[in-house]
Amino acid sequence: MSKTNLTRRGVLKTGAVAGAGLALPTYLSAASHSGFTNAPTGSTVTLGFNVPQTGPYADEGADELRAFELAVEHLNGGGDGGMLNTFSSKALQGNGIMGKEVKYVTGDTQTKSDAARASAKSMIEKDGAIMISGGSSSGVAVAVQGLCQEAGIIFMAGLTHSNDTTGKDKKANGFRHFFNAYMSGAALAPVLQKLYGSERRAYHLTADYTWGWTQQESIAAATEAMGWQTVNNVLTPLAQTDFSSYIAPVLNSGADVLVLNHYGGNMVNSLTAAVQFGLRDKQVNGKNFEIVVPLYSELMAKGAGANIKGILGSTNWSWTLQDEGTKAFVKSFGTKYGFPPSNAAQTCYAQTILYADAVARAGSFNPCAVVEALEDFEFDGLGNGKTFYRGADHQCFKDVLVMRGKENPANEYDLLEIVEVTPRGQVEYAPDHPMFAGGALGACNPGA
Amino acid sequence: MLGLTKKDATLLLVVAVLALCAPFILNPFPEGSAMAQFNAGYPDLMQRFVIFGIFAIGFNILFGLTGYLSFGHAAFLGVGSYSAVWMFKLLSMNVIPAIMLSVIVSGLFALLIGFVSLRRSGIYFSILTLAFAQMSFNLAYSVLTPITNGETGLQLTLQDPRVLGQSVSETGGIPVTSLFGIELRSTYQMDLGAWLFQFNVGYYLCAVMLLLAFYLAIRIFRSPFGMMLRAIKSNQHRVNYTGLNPRPYTLAAFVISGMYAGLAGGLMASMDPLAGAERMQWTASGEVVLMTILGGAGTLIGPVLGAGFIKYFENIFSKINDNVLHGWFSLLPDGLENLIVGVLHPFIGKGWHLTLGILFMLVVIFLPGGLVEGGQRIARLFRRGKADQTDTTTKPAE
Amino acid sequence: MDAIILQILNGLDKGSAYALIALGLTLIFGTLGVVNFAHGALFMIGSFCAVTLSKILNLSFETIDPTRTDFLGNPAKIKTPYIESWFGPETGAAIIDWAVPLSILFSIPIMISIGFIMERGLIKHFYKRPHADQILVTFGLAIVLQEVIKYFYGANPIPTPAPDAFRGSFDFGALLGIDPNVIIYPYWRLVYFAFSAVIIGGVFAFLQFTTFGMVVRAGMADRETVGLLGINIDKRFTIMFGLAAAVAGLAGVMYAPINSPNYHMGMDFLVLSFVVVVVGGMGSLPGAVLAGFMLGILESFSSMNEIKSLFPGIDQIIIYLVAIIILLTRPRGLMGRKGVMED
Repeated sequence: MSKTNLTRRGVLKTGAVAGAGLALPTYLSAASHSGFTNAPTGSTVTLGFNVPQTGPYADEGADELRAFELAVEHLNGGGDGGMLNTFSSKALQGNGIMGKEVKYVTGDTQTKSDAARASAKSMIEKDGAIMISGGSSSGVAVAVQGLCQEAGIIFMAGLTHSNDTTGKDKKANGFRHFFNAYMSGAALAPVLQKLYGSERRAYHLTADYTWGWTQQESIAAATEAMGWQTVNNVLTPLAQTDFSSYIAPVLNSGADVLVLNHYGGNMVNSLTAAVQFGLRDKQVNGKNFEIVVPLYSELMAKGAGANIKGILGSTNWSWTLQDEGTKAFVKSFGTKYGFPPSNAAQTCYAQTILYADAVARAGSFNPCAVVEALEDFEFDGLGNGKTFYRGADHQCFKDVLVMRGKENPANEYDLLEIVEVTPRGQVEYAPDHPMFAGGALGACNPGA
Repeated sequence: MLGLTKKDATLLLVVAVLALCAPFILNPFPEGSAMAQFNAGYPDLMQRFVIFGIFAIGFNILFGLTGYLSFGHAAFLGVGSYSAVWMFKLLSMNVIPAIMLSVIVSGLFALLIGFVSLRRSGIYFSILTLAFAQMSFNLAYSVLTPITNGETGLQLTLQDPRVLGQSVSETGGIPVTSLFGIELRSTYQMDLGAWLFQFNVGYYLCAVMLLLAFYLAIRIFRSPFGMMLRAIKSNQHRVNYTGLNPRPYTLAAFVISGMYAGLAGGLMASMDPLAGAERMQWTASGEVVLMTILGGAGTLIGPVLGAGFIKYFENIFSKINDNVLHGWFSLLPDGLENLIVGVLHPFIGKGWHLTLGILFMLVVIFLPGGLVEGGQRIARLFRRGKADQTDTTTKPAE
Repeated sequence: MDAIILQILNGLDKGSAYALIALGLTLIFGTLGVVNFAHGALFMIGSFCAVTLSKILNLSFETIDPTRTDFLGNPAKIKTPYIESWFGPETGAAIIDWAVPLSILFSIPIMISIGFIMERGLIKHFYKRPHADQILVTFGLAIVLQEVIKYFYGANPIPTPAPDAFRGSFDFGALLGIDPNVIIYPYWRLVYFAFSAVIIGGVFAFLQFTTFGMVVRAGMADRETVGLLGINIDKRFTIMFGLAAAVAGLAGVMYAPINSPNYHMGMDFLVLSFVVVVVGGMGSLPGAVLAGFMLGILESFSSMNEIKSLFPGIDQIIIYLVAIIILLTRPRGLMGRKGVMED
């Protein structure tokens, strides 16, 4: 408190000097002189990592945070360099970003759009973050992306799977490396047809919020295109913990496939209930009853335990891939933390590297320069093969993995096996595809 | 002054000084120092302090005066936010019509829910309000998505009509909220040596609203209406026996506090034009209950203190990570540094809930009257100290 | 018809979880007059008793198997549970398989001691304080308890399966002579229902037919008079708190295989269980049980497609809607007593 008094006295004494300091109106935070928000002035640059640290996705957030820390370490030249060594662009030299040491701040999204925005705002206003990344749900990603657009900084989305993030809610300052619901459908459908035939009747259980709807729409469209019927689509409340009353009617509906458009705790509970009801041991229409979980995550697979055995789904990436980028990343992550990274961790790591690389290539931290450097950028060596950051909607296009719960895991991390690596060409779509229509990137905003 | 007693006027003056000088008071540590982590003087958090202060003052008018414990007050805040954002989408980016609409809509919503819920008292009333709020939350998250945009929250887009404003700003972005042309997000920065102070237009709008809300609350507390509400709290039967019907009074208090919540919601949307459904969840309603009890229910200043306390922990403690800790203690020998970081680790960053839970318990166990009682005890200690002093100085004179 | 039978089964199953939690809450409410927001946390701790026991049974020693490698290419470490090396692989595996039922024995002493410590150490000092203070302190305690669990077990759900013998489901259709596969219900959920019926019956019998129970019931009705009669009611109330904690804990243990336990499952149940208690009527044990089953069944029916297509989103709000209707038509819930928690 004494310091405060001192300051206030200081204000009065140095009235004229202070008056000069007061004269500059600026938006949001420091260093308006460079023409964009939070331009780094000293020898460091600050990135903001906004992940769920409390609530049901806290473990996923913790894994994302580990990946961010590793990425910062590698950018600053520490550790073994990880995917920097395999990345096709060689603009990064391990001396931070453009010679500035990378610092980071962390925050808690609580998986709520409000809290996530509050946390992101404090990173922008208080800590002077120039880029924000992370998150574990589409609602949060869309909300924070909107904020970053208004504030004039770059948002590199973490785990967000809804079509809307790069569809109707896309923003010029926001970029998504993770895949989306449409790609899940496009990758899963051919495998489902191959394994389960084209004469199937699907029953959808869908989490009753925007992500669930876009996924259901995408999967239904993709499976119907190859001849499946959609018997029913039942919306389940987000807060539901016991799915028995939604699972019980499935067997009598004439369906022979159950699609669970659930994520996280919802997915663990609905899958557990479906297996308890013995759905997978039943024969319907003369076929084995099957369950599909279109979006898999390693952590949730762990939560569902033995129930995931033999169940198909899709992921953005898997540590079991054998390309050089993946091997390098798994090695440095595994050596540092003692277990393999999740696909949420990989997307966060890749996003951080991609941002740093774009700054280095553009030669500027100005968001508009970064946007330009990232748009239509083609690269390789970050774990998903050849990847393309499309300029029209800021969505990454790369191979998508179709995964299956492993019958005989060799160890506690070895839960999912790759069934097929769906090539990029098969999951691409036009930027004005109806599932992604209705939004506009707008102009990039460098802030003030 | 302003129809207040001297004591109340002093209180209002103190609050006014605190609110207007908050950018200084909340930023006691120089930029770049290790303690700067504890600075709270940035616009977003200051706005939150004030907005939740208004919310809690309003809640206290109901709970502190009548004793009716509403467990669904967040619904009014949420409804207020949605109305304000819709105003931005349809009418203009000026915050005045938006805030007015949010107060009116919340007031009407409170009238409806209050009319039904106030038929019961005690815990039955609490559960009724909880049920209404949870219904609003669940529906807003799912079925009402066309109105609320569900999970993501209601946002502005480039396609909004904004009949009195513009859909797209000159730079091609979404226009920002303003007060008759003054952008709320504009911030004056003052660099004073190592210190950086931020004066934000939006914050000062909130602060002025807080002072008005606080003044109104004092007037209500001191009015015959306030006395009536206290009478209802202490013994409703006796009020009944004197031939007075308490219902209109409690309903009025309920609607007033609902309008306060609406004001808070409208301000929140004005500062950051997004309205999330989580604002209406029971945890949000529970939060305002905790703020009020923690600060001191029934006191004027208590709820504001409680609001500041909880928001401070949510925003400051959740951002401290191990890296920051290592930075603080880097001067110590390695072993000791790791030990201290290890001990503190569970309480910071992702453990901020734990710290908050422990503090709730400590405050309620040792300070039954909330933070206000803590303040009073300290004040009494000082006064006693002073009294003792005068005693010792006067005695020899005798 | 079969859909209705199925949803009645679901409702009974959900209802038994609600009823067990509400029963414990009402015991504390009715006897001690305390609003216990930490009751959900007790339920959660019960579930984690099952998790803990299965972790203890799975305590392993590591041997290095040079023929296999782990994900980093180092020689793989093979874990063998001590239990399996002590009792032989088969018996050992069987013991691990039965971890959840075994946790019932494991959890009772733990839950009762937690209950005692909570009552003696904290709740006791809040009997004379306003309900608002009780809410704040027990809510703080609930946060602390769940954060402690999160610290040790993480936020992710932990799969805790039922013994193999109870996997799969029972075919009512075959029993009733209708089509097989039409009415099937998982064994473990049937066990849960039976278990909760036994516990609820046990608690009622205990209160109805023992002297101890008689005194407690008298204390619930008029605490002061019982105290004046020279009976040490405080001690009995401590025991009641322990009992309530044990009931919540057992409900949690048996619930672990139904939904993988996670640290915030208590909070998920908290609001719901308060609604159940209040709908049942404050201070009424039969009311709590009745309301639990009623809301469980209504919730199940509201999730039927036929009903959802008539009223979209009805399953989101049914519990609250019913609560409002009941509280408006019956001032003190289904079976509430006058004057309890009405001020």
